[in-house]
Amino acid sequence: MTGMIEPMVGRYVHVDIDGVMNRIYFEEAGSGIPLVCLHTAGSDGRQWRHLLADAEFTKTFRIIAFDMPWHGKSNPPANWNGDEYRLTTARYSKTIRAFCAALDLDRPVVMGCSIGGRIVLNLAIDHATEFRALIGLEAADFQSPWYDTAWLNRPDIHGGEVCAALVSGLVAPQSPAAARMETLWAYKQGGPGVFKGDLYFYRVDGDLRGRVEAIDTGKCPLFLLTGEYDFSCSPEDTLRTAASIEGADVTIMEALGHFPMSENPDQFRRYIAPVLAKISQQ
Amino acid sequence: MAFERLPALLESDTALLTRGRFVDVDCLLGSTEQAFHVAIKGGHIVDIAPAPILMRSWRFAYRATPAAWAAFWQPMPKAGWHDLLSLTKRGEAVLEGDIQPFMTHLQFFKDLLALPRHPGGAS
Repeated sequence: MTGMIEPMVGRYVHVDIDGVMNRIYFEEAGSGIPLVCLHTAGSDGRQWRHLLADAEFTKTFRIIAFDMPWHGKSNPPANWNGDEYRLTTARYSKTIRAFCAALDLDRPVVMGCSIGGRIVLNLAIDHATEFRALIGLEAADFQSPWYDTAWLNRPDIHGGEVCAALVSGLVAPQSPAAARMETLWAYKQGGPGVFKGDLYFYRVDGDLRGRVEAIDTGKCPLFLLTGEYDFSCSPEDTLRTAASIEGADVTIMEALGHFPMSENPDQFRRYIAPVLAKISQQ
Repeated sequence: MAFERLPALLESDTALLTRGRFVDVDCLLGSTEQAFHVAIKGGHIVDIAPAPILMRSWRFAYRATPAAWAAFWQPMPKAGWHDLLSLTKRGEAVLEGDIQPFMTHLQFFKDLLALPRHPGGAS
Protein backbone atom coordinates (compact mmCIF):
# COMPACT_ATOMS: atom_id res chain seq x y z
CA MET A 1 0.00 0.00 0.00
CA THR A 2 1.27 3.44 -0.87
CA GLY A 3 -1.48 5.56 0.66
CA MET A 4 -1.00 7.25 4.03
CA ILE A 5 -3.12 5.33 6.52
CA GLU A 6 -3.89 7.02 9.83
CA PRO A 7 -3.20 5.07 13.03
CA MET A 8 -6.67 5.04 14.63
CA VAL A 9 -8.96 2.03 14.28
CA GLY A 10 -12.75 2.21 14.40
CA ARG A 11 -15.02 -0.50 15.85
CA TYR A 12 -18.50 -0.94 17.31
CA VAL A 13 -19.24 -2.01 20.87
CA HIS A 14 -22.69 -3.00 22.14
CA VAL A 15 -23.45 -1.09 25.33
CA ASP A 16 -26.37 -1.57 27.71
CA ILE A 17 -27.64 1.88 28.68
CA ASP A 18 -30.62 1.83 31.04
CA GLY A 19 -31.63 -1.65 29.90
CA VAL A 20 -31.48 -0.84 26.19
CA MET A 21 -28.69 -2.08 23.96
CA ASN A 22 -26.91 0.65 22.01
CA ARG A 23 -24.46 0.03 19.18
CA ILE A 24 -21.71 2.55 19.84
CA TYR A 25 -19.03 3.50 17.34
CA PHE A 26 -15.60 4.37 18.69
CA GLU A 27 -12.13 4.98 17.39
CA GLU A 28 -8.94 4.37 19.29
CA ALA A 29 -5.19 4.61 19.00
CA GLY A 30 -2.24 4.06 21.31
CA SER A 31 -1.69 2.15 24.50
CA GLY A 32 -1.33 2.94 28.18
CA ILE A 33 -3.56 5.19 30.29
CA PRO A 34 -7.10 5.13 28.85
CA LEU A 35 -8.19 8.62 27.73
CA VAL A 36 -11.86 8.82 26.71
CA CYS A 37 -12.80 11.87 24.62
CA LEU A 38 -16.31 13.38 24.44
CA HIS A 39 -17.42 15.44 21.45
CA THR A 40 -19.44 18.67 21.53
CA ALA A 41 -23.22 18.90 21.18
CA GLY A 42 -24.46 18.15 17.68
CA SER A 43 -21.14 16.80 16.42
CA ASP A 44 -19.29 13.47 16.71
CA GLY A 45 -15.99 11.82 17.56
CA ARG A 46 -14.25 12.95 14.39
CA GLN A 47 -13.44 16.15 16.27
CA TRP A 48 -10.68 14.20 18.01
CA ARG A 49 -8.94 12.80 14.93
CA HIS A 50 -5.83 14.90 15.35
CA LEU A 51 -5.34 13.79 18.95
CA LEU A 52 -5.89 10.16 17.90
CA ALA A 53 -3.18 10.57 15.26
CA ASP A 54 -0.65 12.15 17.63
CA ALA A 55 2.39 9.87 17.75
CA GLU A 56 3.66 11.32 21.03
CA PHE A 57 0.42 11.21 23.03
CA THR A 58 -0.41 7.67 21.89
CA LYS A 59 2.86 6.39 23.35
CA THR A 60 1.46 7.04 26.82
CA PHE A 61 -2.30 7.08 26.33
CA ARG A 62 -4.85 4.72 24.82
CA ILE A 63 -6.97 7.48 23.27
CA ILE A 64 -10.60 6.57 22.64
CA ALA A 65 -13.28 8.76 21.04
CA PHE A 66 -16.84 7.48 20.77
CA ASP A 67 -19.92 8.82 19.05
CA MET A 68 -22.81 9.36 21.46
CA PRO A 69 -26.02 7.54 20.47
CA TRP A 70 -27.76 9.58 17.72
CA HIS A 71 -24.42 11.06 16.62
CA GLY A 72 -21.92 10.15 13.91
CA LYS A 73 -21.95 6.39 13.30
CA SER A 74 -23.80 5.53 16.52
CA ASN A 75 -27.45 5.13 15.58
CA PRO A 76 -30.38 5.98 17.83
CA PRO A 77 -31.18 3.05 20.15
CA ALA A 78 -33.15 0.21 18.58
CA ASN A 79 -36.29 1.03 20.57
CA TRP A 80 -36.51 4.62 19.31
CA ASN A 81 -40.03 5.32 18.10
CA GLY A 82 -39.50 8.77 16.59
CA ASP A 83 -39.92 10.74 19.80
CA GLU A 84 -38.02 14.02 20.15
CA TYR A 85 -34.46 13.36 21.33
CA ARG A 86 -33.48 14.95 24.63
CA LEU A 87 -30.20 14.38 26.43
CA THR A 88 -30.43 14.50 30.22
CA THR A 89 -27.74 14.64 32.88
CA ALA A 90 -28.63 11.16 34.08
CA ARG A 91 -28.58 9.62 30.61
CA TYR A 92 -25.32 11.35 29.64
CA SER A 93 -23.56 10.12 32.79
CA LYS A 94 -24.89 6.59 32.36
CA THR A 95 -23.78 6.51 28.72
CA ILE A 96 -20.19 7.49 29.53
CA ARG A 97 -19.92 5.10 32.48
CA ALA A 98 -21.53 2.25 30.56
CA PHE A 99 -19.18 2.78 27.62
CA CYS A 100 -16.14 2.75 29.92
CA ALA A 101 -17.44 -0.40 31.64
CA ALA A 102 -18.10 -2.15 28.33
CA LEU A 103 -14.46 -1.63 27.35
CA ASP A 104 -13.26 -2.65 30.85
CA LEU A 105 -11.33 0.61 31.22
CA ASP A 106 -9.46 0.94 34.51
CA ARG A 107 -9.94 4.44 35.95
CA PRO A 108 -9.79 6.26 32.62
CA VAL A 109 -9.12 9.93 32.09
CA VAL A 110 -12.16 11.60 30.55
CA MET A 111 -11.78 14.75 28.45
CA GLY A 112 -14.95 16.41 27.17
CA CYS A 113 -15.65 19.59 25.24
CA SER A 114 -18.65 21.90 25.64
CA ILE A 115 -21.49 19.64 26.80
CA GLY A 116 -18.68 17.11 27.26
CA GLY A 117 -16.96 19.66 29.48
CA ARG A 118 -20.12 20.21 31.50
CA ILE A 119 -20.70 16.48 32.07
CA VAL A 120 -17.09 16.14 33.18
CA LEU A 121 -18.02 18.43 36.09
CA ASN A 122 -20.93 16.09 36.88
CA LEU A 123 -18.54 13.13 36.85
CA ALA A 124 -16.23 15.03 39.21
CA ILE A 125 -19.12 15.70 41.60
CA ASP A 126 -20.73 12.26 41.62
CA HIS A 127 -18.18 9.66 40.44
CA ALA A 128 -14.70 11.10 41.07
CA THR A 129 -13.15 7.85 42.31
CA GLU A 130 -13.91 6.11 38.99
CA PHE A 131 -11.56 8.39 37.08
CA ARG A 132 -7.81 9.04 37.05
CA ALA A 133 -8.26 12.67 35.97
CA LEU A 134 -10.93 14.80 34.32
CA ILE A 135 -10.43 17.47 31.67
CA GLY A 136 -13.14 19.97 30.78
CA LEU A 137 -12.69 21.99 27.60
CA GLU A 138 -15.01 24.97 27.22
CA ALA A 139 -16.57 23.95 30.54
CA ALA A 140 -18.49 25.92 33.15
CA ASP A 141 -21.15 25.38 35.76
CA PHE A 142 -23.52 27.58 33.75
CA GLN A 143 -23.46 29.97 30.83
CA SER A 144 -25.95 32.56 29.66
CA PRO A 145 -27.98 31.52 26.59
CA TRP A 146 -27.34 33.58 23.44
CA TYR A 147 -29.99 32.11 21.12
CA ASP A 148 -33.29 30.25 21.21
CA THR A 149 -32.71 26.56 20.42
CA ALA A 150 -36.18 26.36 18.80
CA TRP A 151 -34.50 27.70 15.64
CA LEU A 152 -32.38 24.55 15.36
CA ASN A 153 -35.13 22.17 14.26
CA ARG A 154 -38.10 23.48 12.33
CA PRO A 155 -39.36 22.59 8.85
CA ASP A 156 -38.89 26.00 7.22
CA ILE A 157 -35.17 26.33 8.04
CA HIS A 158 -32.42 23.93 6.97
CA GLY A 159 -31.20 22.40 10.21
CA GLY A 160 -27.67 21.65 9.05
CA GLU A 161 -27.17 25.14 7.67
CA VAL A 162 -28.49 26.96 10.72
CA CYS A 163 -26.63 24.77 13.24
CA ALA A 164 -23.33 25.30 11.40
CA ALA A 165 -23.95 29.03 10.91
CA LEU A 166 -24.74 29.53 14.59
CA VAL A 167 -21.60 27.81 15.84
CA SER A 168 -19.40 29.31 13.11
CA GLY A 169 -18.95 32.37 15.31
CA LEU A 170 -17.50 30.19 18.06
CA VAL A 171 -14.49 29.28 15.91
CA ALA A 172 -11.58 31.66 16.48
CA PRO A 173 -10.74 33.82 13.44
CA GLN A 174 -7.13 32.62 13.61
CA SER A 175 -8.14 29.00 12.99
CA PRO A 176 -7.03 27.55 9.63
CA ALA A 177 -9.79 27.68 6.99
CA ALA A 178 -9.71 23.93 6.31
CA ALA A 179 -10.04 23.03 10.00
CA ARG A 180 -12.82 25.59 10.41
CA MET A 181 -14.77 24.12 7.50
CA GLU A 182 -14.24 20.55 8.74
CA THR A 183 -15.50 21.54 12.20
CA LEU A 184 -18.64 23.08 10.71
CA TRP A 185 -19.20 20.14 8.35
CA ALA A 186 -20.02 17.86 11.27
CA TYR A 187 -22.77 20.30 12.30
CA LYS A 188 -24.18 20.25 8.78
CA GLN A 189 -24.32 16.44 8.98
CA GLY A 190 -26.10 16.06 12.31
CA GLY A 191 -29.51 14.39 12.48
CA PRO A 192 -32.60 16.60 12.76
CA GLY A 193 -33.09 17.86 16.30
CA VAL A 194 -29.97 16.19 17.68
CA PHE A 195 -28.03 19.41 18.38
CA LYS A 196 -31.16 20.86 19.95
CA GLY A 197 -31.69 17.69 21.99
CA ASP A 198 -28.12 17.81 23.29
CA LEU A 199 -28.64 21.40 24.37
CA TYR A 200 -31.56 20.33 26.55
CA PHE A 201 -28.87 18.94 28.85
CA TYR A 202 -26.89 22.16 28.55
CA ARG A 203 -29.68 24.67 28.94
CA VAL A 204 -32.40 23.00 30.99
CA ASP A 205 -31.09 19.98 32.81
CA GLY A 206 -27.44 20.67 33.57
CA ASP A 207 -27.19 23.84 35.65
CA LEU A 208 -24.41 23.15 38.16
CA ARG A 209 -24.34 26.48 39.96
CA GLY A 210 -23.97 25.81 43.66
CA ARG A 211 -22.87 22.21 43.11
CA VAL A 212 -19.30 22.41 41.78
CA GLU A 213 -18.02 23.47 45.21
CA ALA A 214 -18.42 19.81 46.19
CA ILE A 215 -15.72 18.69 43.73
CA ASP A 216 -12.74 17.15 45.53
CA THR A 217 -9.68 17.45 43.29
CA GLY A 218 -7.78 15.36 45.85
CA LYS A 219 -9.83 12.37 44.73
CA CYS A 220 -9.54 13.20 41.04
CA PRO A 221 -7.52 16.04 39.49
CA LEU A 222 -9.56 18.46 37.38
CA PHE A 223 -8.24 20.52 34.49
CA LEU A 224 -10.29 23.25 32.80
CA LEU A 225 -9.19 24.84 29.52
CA THR A 226 -11.21 27.42 27.58
CA GLY A 227 -10.52 29.27 24.34
CA GLU A 228 -10.48 33.07 24.47
CA TYR A 229 -12.83 33.35 21.45
CA ASP A 230 -15.53 31.14 22.97
CA PHE A 231 -18.37 33.54 23.73
CA SER A 232 -20.75 30.67 24.52
CA CYS A 233 -18.69 29.29 27.40
CA SER A 234 -16.57 32.36 27.92
CA PRO A 235 -13.25 32.49 29.76
CA GLU A 236 -15.09 34.40 32.49
CA ASP A 237 -17.56 31.50 32.87
CA THR A 238 -14.72 29.00 33.26
CA LEU A 239 -12.69 31.21 35.61
CA ARG A 240 -15.78 31.77 37.81
CA THR A 241 -16.36 28.01 37.91
CA ALA A 242 -12.71 27.23 38.68
CA ALA A 243 -12.65 29.82 41.46
CA SER A 244 -15.17 27.77 43.41
CA ILE A 245 -13.29 24.46 43.03
CA GLU A 246 -10.26 24.14 45.26
CA GLY A 247 -7.30 22.74 43.36
CA ALA A 248 -8.80 23.10 39.87
CA ASP A 249 -6.13 23.71 37.22
CA VAL A 250 -7.42 26.38 34.80
CA THR A 251 -6.00 27.67 31.51
CA ILE A 252 -7.32 30.25 29.06
CA MET A 253 -6.15 29.33 25.57
CA GLU A 254 -5.20 32.10 23.14
CA ALA A 255 -6.35 32.10 19.50
CA LEU A 256 -8.85 29.30 20.11
CA GLY A 257 -12.62 29.13 20.29
CA HIS A 258 -15.21 26.57 21.31
CA PHE A 259 -13.75 23.62 19.34
CA PRO A 260 -10.03 23.69 20.19
CA MET A 261 -9.19 20.10 19.22
CA SER A 262 -10.68 20.36 15.75
CA GLU A 263 -10.58 24.07 14.81
CA ASN A 264 -6.85 24.49 15.35
CA PRO A 265 -5.19 21.20 16.40
CA ASP A 266 -1.64 22.60 16.46
CA GLN A 267 -2.58 25.49 18.73
CA PHE A 268 -4.57 23.17 21.01
CA ARG A 269 -1.62 20.79 21.25
CA ARG A 270 0.46 23.55 22.88
CA TYR A 271 -2.03 23.66 25.75
CA ILE A 272 -3.07 20.04 26.15
CA ALA A 273 0.46 18.57 26.02
CA PRO A 274 1.47 19.85 29.49
CA VAL A 275 -1.86 18.67 30.94
CA LEU A 276 -1.38 15.16 29.58
CA ALA A 277 2.23 15.20 30.81
CA LYS A 278 1.07 16.07 34.34
CA ILE A 279 -1.51 13.27 34.29
CA SER A 280 0.98 10.71 33.04
CA GLN A 281 3.37 11.63 35.87
CA GLN A 282 0.86 11.60 38.72
CA MET B 1 -19.58 54.65 4.97
CA ALA B 2 -18.95 50.94 5.04
CA PHE B 3 -22.65 50.04 4.71
CA GLU B 4 -23.01 51.97 1.50
CA ARG B 5 -20.11 49.97 0.07
CA LEU B 6 -21.81 46.64 0.82
CA PRO B 7 -23.46 46.26 -2.63
CA ALA B 8 -20.12 46.59 -4.45
CA LEU B 9 -18.33 44.32 -1.97
CA LEU B 10 -21.06 41.71 -2.36
CA GLU B 11 -21.00 41.83 -6.16
CA SER B 12 -17.29 41.03 -6.08
CA ASP B 13 -17.81 37.93 -3.92
CA THR B 14 -19.03 35.16 -6.22
CA ALA B 15 -19.23 32.52 -3.48
CA LEU B 16 -21.36 34.73 -1.27
CA LEU B 17 -23.67 35.59 -4.17
CA THR B 18 -24.15 31.88 -4.73
CA ARG B 19 -24.83 31.26 -1.05
CA GLY B 20 -27.41 34.05 -1.05
CA ARG B 21 -29.22 33.15 -4.27
CA PHE B 22 -32.48 32.44 -2.40
CA VAL B 23 -32.41 35.57 -0.20
CA ASP B 24 -35.33 37.94 -0.81
CA VAL B 25 -35.92 40.36 2.04
CA ASP B 26 -36.24 44.01 3.00
CA CYS B 27 -34.25 44.58 6.17
CA LEU B 28 -32.70 47.33 8.26
CA LEU B 29 -28.95 47.12 8.79
CA GLY B 30 -26.53 49.58 10.26
CA SER B 31 -25.40 51.33 13.36
CA THR B 32 -27.49 52.55 16.26
CA GLU B 33 -26.78 56.08 14.98
CA GLN B 34 -27.42 55.50 11.26
CA ALA B 35 -29.27 52.52 9.84
CA PHE B 36 -29.99 51.69 6.19
CA HIS B 37 -33.00 50.14 4.49
CA VAL B 38 -31.51 47.28 2.47
CA ALA B 39 -33.54 45.51 -0.23
CA ILE B 40 -32.13 42.11 -1.24
CA LYS B 41 -33.45 40.16 -4.24
CA GLY B 42 -31.97 36.83 -5.28
CA GLY B 43 -28.96 37.50 -3.09
CA HIS B 44 -28.18 40.90 -4.70
CA ILE B 45 -28.56 44.20 -2.87
CA VAL B 46 -30.87 46.05 -5.24
CA ASP B 47 -31.39 49.11 -3.06
CA ILE B 48 -29.78 50.65 0.01
CA ALA B 49 -30.96 53.95 1.47
CA PRO B 50 -30.39 55.75 4.79
CA ALA B 51 -33.17 55.51 7.35
CA PRO B 52 -35.58 56.92 8.23
CA ILE B 53 -37.74 56.68 5.12
CA LEU B 54 -41.37 57.63 5.61
CA MET B 55 -43.54 54.51 6.13
CA ARG B 56 -40.86 52.09 4.78
CA SER B 57 -41.20 48.68 6.48
CA TRP B 58 -38.66 45.94 7.14
CA ARG B 59 -38.76 42.25 8.20
CA PHE B 60 -35.85 42.32 10.61
CA ALA B 61 -33.27 44.79 11.84
CA TYR B 62 -29.69 44.26 12.99
CA ARG B 63 -28.08 47.34 14.50
CA ALA B 64 -24.83 47.62 16.46
CA THR B 65 -23.04 50.51 18.13
CA PRO B 66 -20.46 52.36 16.01
CA ALA B 67 -17.75 51.11 18.38
CA ALA B 68 -18.93 47.53 17.90
CA TRP B 69 -18.76 47.81 14.10
CA ALA B 70 -15.27 49.34 14.31
CA ALA B 71 -14.13 46.40 16.43
CA PHE B 72 -16.02 43.82 14.32
CA TRP B 73 -14.41 45.07 11.10
CA GLN B 74 -10.83 44.78 12.34
CA PRO B 75 -8.87 42.38 10.10
CA MET B 76 -8.37 40.17 13.17
CA PRO B 77 -11.14 41.17 15.58
CA LYS B 78 -10.64 40.76 19.29
CA ALA B 79 -12.42 37.99 21.17
CA GLY B 80 -16.04 38.79 21.85
CA TRP B 81 -16.18 41.34 19.01
CA HIS B 82 -15.83 38.82 16.17
CA ASP B 83 -19.39 37.57 15.48
CA LEU B 84 -22.83 39.15 15.00
CA LEU B 85 -24.22 37.08 17.85
CA SER B 86 -21.31 37.74 20.18
CA LEU B 87 -22.22 41.41 19.76
CA THR B 88 -25.88 40.79 20.64
CA LYS B 89 -24.86 38.66 23.63
CA ARG B 90 -22.66 41.43 25.01
CA GLY B 91 -25.38 44.04 24.44
CA GLU B 92 -23.53 45.94 21.71
CA ALA B 93 -26.06 45.02 19.00
CA VAL B 94 -29.80 44.47 18.74
CA LEU B 95 -31.64 41.97 16.54
CA GLU B 96 -35.31 42.85 16.14
CA GLY B 97 -38.44 42.06 14.15
CA ASP B 98 -39.31 38.87 12.30
CA ILE B 99 -35.90 37.17 12.34
CA GLN B 100 -36.98 34.13 10.30
CA PRO B 101 -35.19 35.34 7.13
CA PHE B 102 -32.10 36.22 9.16
CA MET B 103 -31.96 32.73 10.70
CA THR B 104 -32.77 31.00 7.40
CA HIS B 105 -29.79 32.72 5.77
CA LEU B 106 -27.65 33.20 8.87
CA GLN B 107 -24.28 32.47 7.29
CA PHE B 108 -25.10 34.79 4.37
CA PHE B 109 -25.82 37.69 6.71
CA LYS B 110 -22.77 36.93 8.87
CA ASP B 111 -20.54 36.93 5.79
CA LEU B 112 -22.23 39.94 4.20
CA LEU B 113 -21.77 42.13 7.25
CA ALA B 114 -18.17 40.96 7.64
CA LEU B 115 -17.22 42.05 4.09
CA PRO B 116 -15.86 45.44 5.26
CA ARG B 117 -13.30 43.44 7.26
CA HIS B 118 -11.32 42.84 4.07
CA PRO B 119 -8.60 45.29 2.93
CA GLY B 120 -10.20 48.61 2.01
CA GLY B 121 -13.65 47.31 2.95
CA ALA B 122 -14.31 49.51 5.97
CA SER B 123 -12.92 52.72 4.48
